[in-house]
Amino acid sequence: MINRLSIDYKQLPLIATIALFVLMFSFGSLRYTGFFSTQVFLNLFIDNAFLIVVAVGMTFVILSGGIDLSVGSVIALTSMVAASLTMEAQLSPVIVVPISLLVGTVLGMVQGSLIHFYNLQPFIVTLAGMFLARGLSYVISVETIAIEHPFFSYMASTQIPLPGGTFISISVVIAIIIVIIAIFLGHFTKFGRTIYAIGGSEQSAMLMGLPVGRTKVLIYTLSGFCASLAGLIFTFYMLSGYGLHANGMELDTIAAVVIGGTLLTGGAGYVAGSVVGVLILGIIQTIIVFEGTLSSWWTKIAIGVLLFLFIVLQRIIVIRSEKKQAKE
Amino acid sequence: MPERQPRLVMENIVKEFPGVRALSNVQLSLYPGEVHALMGENGAGKSTLIKVLTGVYSIDNGSVVLDGKTVHIKNPQDAQEKGISTVYQEVNLCTNLSVTENIFIGREIKKHGRLAWKEMHKRAEALLASLQLKIDVTKLLSSYSVAIQQMVAIARALNVSAQILILDEPTSSLDRDEVKQLFSVIRKLKKDGLAIVFVSHFLDQIYEITDRLTVLRNGEWIGEYMTEELDRVDLVSKMIGKELQELEAVTKNVSHESAERETFLTADQVGLKGKIHPFNFDLKKGEIVGFAGLLGSGRTEIARLLFGADKADQGTIKIKGEKLNFSSPRQAIVNNIGFCSEDRKAEGIIPELTVRENIILAIQSVNGWFRYISKTKQTKIADEYIELLNISPANPEQLIKNLSGGNQQKVMLARWLVTDPELLILDEPTRGIDIGAKTEIMKLMTELSQKNKAILFISSELEEILRTSHRIAVLRDRKKVSEYQNQKGLTQQELMKEMAGGM
Repeated sequence: MINRLSIDYKQLPLIATIALFVLMFSFGSLRYTGFFSTQVFLNLFIDNAFLIVVAVGMTFVILSGGIDLSVGSVIALTSMVAASLTMEAQLSPVIVVPISLLVGTVLGMVQGSLIHFYNLQPFIVTLAGMFLARGLSYVISVETIAIEHPFFSYMASTQIPLPGGTFISISVVIAIIIVIIAIFLGHFTKFGRTIYAIGGSEQSAMLMGLPVGRTKVLIYTLSGFCASLAGLIFTFYMLSGYGLHANGMELDTIAAVVIGGTLLTGGAGYVAGSVVGVLILGIIQTIIVFEGTLSSWWTKIAIGVLLFLFIVLQRIIVIRSEKKQAKE
Repeated sequence: MPERQPRLVMENIVKEFPGVRALSNVQLSLYPGEVHALMGENGAGKSTLIKVLTGVYSIDNGSVVLDGKTVHIKNPQDAQEKGISTVYQEVNLCTNLSVTENIFIGREIKKHGRLAWKEMHKRAEALLASLQLKIDVTKLLSSYSVAIQQMVAIARALNVSAQILILDEPTSSLDRDEVKQLFSVIRKLKKDGLAIVFVSHFLDQIYEITDRLTVLRNGEWIGEYMTEELDRVDLVSKMIGKELQELEAVTKNVSHESAERETFLTADQVGLKGKIHPFNFDLKKGEIVGFAGLLGSGRTEIARLLFGADKADQGTIKIKGEKLNFSSPRQAIVNNIGFCSEDRKAEGIIPELTVRENIILAIQSVNGWFRYISKTKQTKIADEYIELLNISPANPEQLIKNLSGGNQQKVMLARWLVTDPELLILDEPTRGIDIGAKTEIMKLMTELSQKNKAILFISSELEEILRTSHRIAVLRDRKKVSEYQNQKGLTQQELMKEMAGGM
């Protein structure tokens, strides 16, 4: 029974992340008037819904021991595709939305296949994907394409009321649905468990007779899909397509996933952790806005410091669990 | 036993890798209810044979007959479906997952489209209970000892209703009690009618648990024997083989007496827990000391300790009377010690570099990275050693990966000779290379000792050790068990007896 109460080492990063979030929220609430409100908390979701969606896909990639650098560019490309199809080709959203979602899905599948069949490093394959997608967005147009369409306006401005006079956006609902599906996928399906196994040891997973190749291709396809979906949400948010959208977003995503307690080497971590990771990035920004005088670059400094702390924490946990094992 | 139908018959199995024939016409037969040992030294082809049987490699020729039917094993998954399960040497499970998951992953129990964790936990507990193990199956595998992980691996193998269970060195990281427990499980499984393949370097265990054994050497099938009918010395000689003729070329030109010479290295009760029992050892200048022992006897572990690749946790090492416990190879290199690893591919050559670049690596390390050696000088050094060691092709700009094993080994030697070491540790320098190169390397060793260099020579070929060494240390079960002056009367037979032990 005592065993059940003691904290599992591997869950420590997640617990640390949640504690950090609570701490930061309390700090903000004490320091600034108007900070401690449900709406401020919900705004974190509204402003970062797209980041939550990308982070979900990225979590699976990192859990498997890989990395996906293409997601930021895929967001930009998706926004361009959606904008140009809506505004220039005058297509209906019924067609625009599926096509936009295919953009990242197909690119992800291609990347996953390259990684698996040619045994290439995910880093370099997705780096190529990153340049490719970014470049393609400029082929569509070098200018911003503003979107004026009832569907997009509806998605952008509809507020879903919650008790207490607060509200969330449609994007938040989409993000939450994605998170729930991802948690189910991660813990209650063969696919999810195979991802953890691959991240733990790809060699072992192969020798245990698991479908390593198929799973890896699927992981990158899923990440691509999430990036495209995030791209759509981002487009709802910005109401425009632009080649510079979400520049460097892949790095924010990786930071959120790692701060959320997922081991960069794979095999350990939770989708829920990544969500908290995103919220922490969000709350840093909120605090800086409330502070008023600080430049927004302080966000980067805070993220940098946090990342350092978290990777060191993870390393210490790994070393300690290795030592513990050696003792036995 | 022969009156029963064999469960598995493998015949004329051939497996080739680029440039190497890993298995040539190997055979293996397994009967239900037997424990069958697969014996052979490193590179004999045991691992390759196991990987062929488990579908990791496909065969180039030969047939696999399972329960009377010829089968083609496509991949590990396919092998498991056919009832062939393996527990690998390095437990190949995912330690980041729970015990239950490790048993069930890949064939999870599902209910209503989702994984039924409760059901799986329950079954995992029952399965482990049948192996006399009671543990919390919901915890991560990494929270348990290697012995328990091994049991979990066996439980996983059994869960596929295995008919053939392959245990690849299952005891190498277990202590005595754990081995006992494992053996009682093996006996139970044997009674249940499983055919078990057992690979181990511990001869005591082979004689305790196995019924029959198959011996491989250099990828060839040597024979199949009833374990109790083959005595230990015969077994060892079958595993090691005698390649007498090849060595006729090397004359025993070493004066087989250790004169009063200056001691270069002294090890006093040096040991590392789990790797090697504390040992005493000294090495004089101009002396070649041979280390005889089967694989896993601790010979490489000693070499690594002396070179600083591993750090001893007890005892002292003295170099020329000065106390030095190396914590990194660089310290050893600076103290004029060179080390050619037995794993040439992984720990020796840098495949994508040229012969010249490979040769100057160690001298560069001694000089410090910022003292540039001009390319002309590098080429001069390389040319000198290419000629001295007769490396072919005699082109310093050739990529080393394109050289044959023997020539790669010579480049490794050259790398250290350039630094003019006082002690050279050679771990299996003659393995996997052709006879000519073997002879040349042994001649070179003799020459070096005449130039007052100390050499620690590790080899599985007793003939080579007897020919070149002044003194011979015998290792068994991670212990240095004895030391001989190499005199005329000393025979391979005597050494083998000592290596096999338990007489």
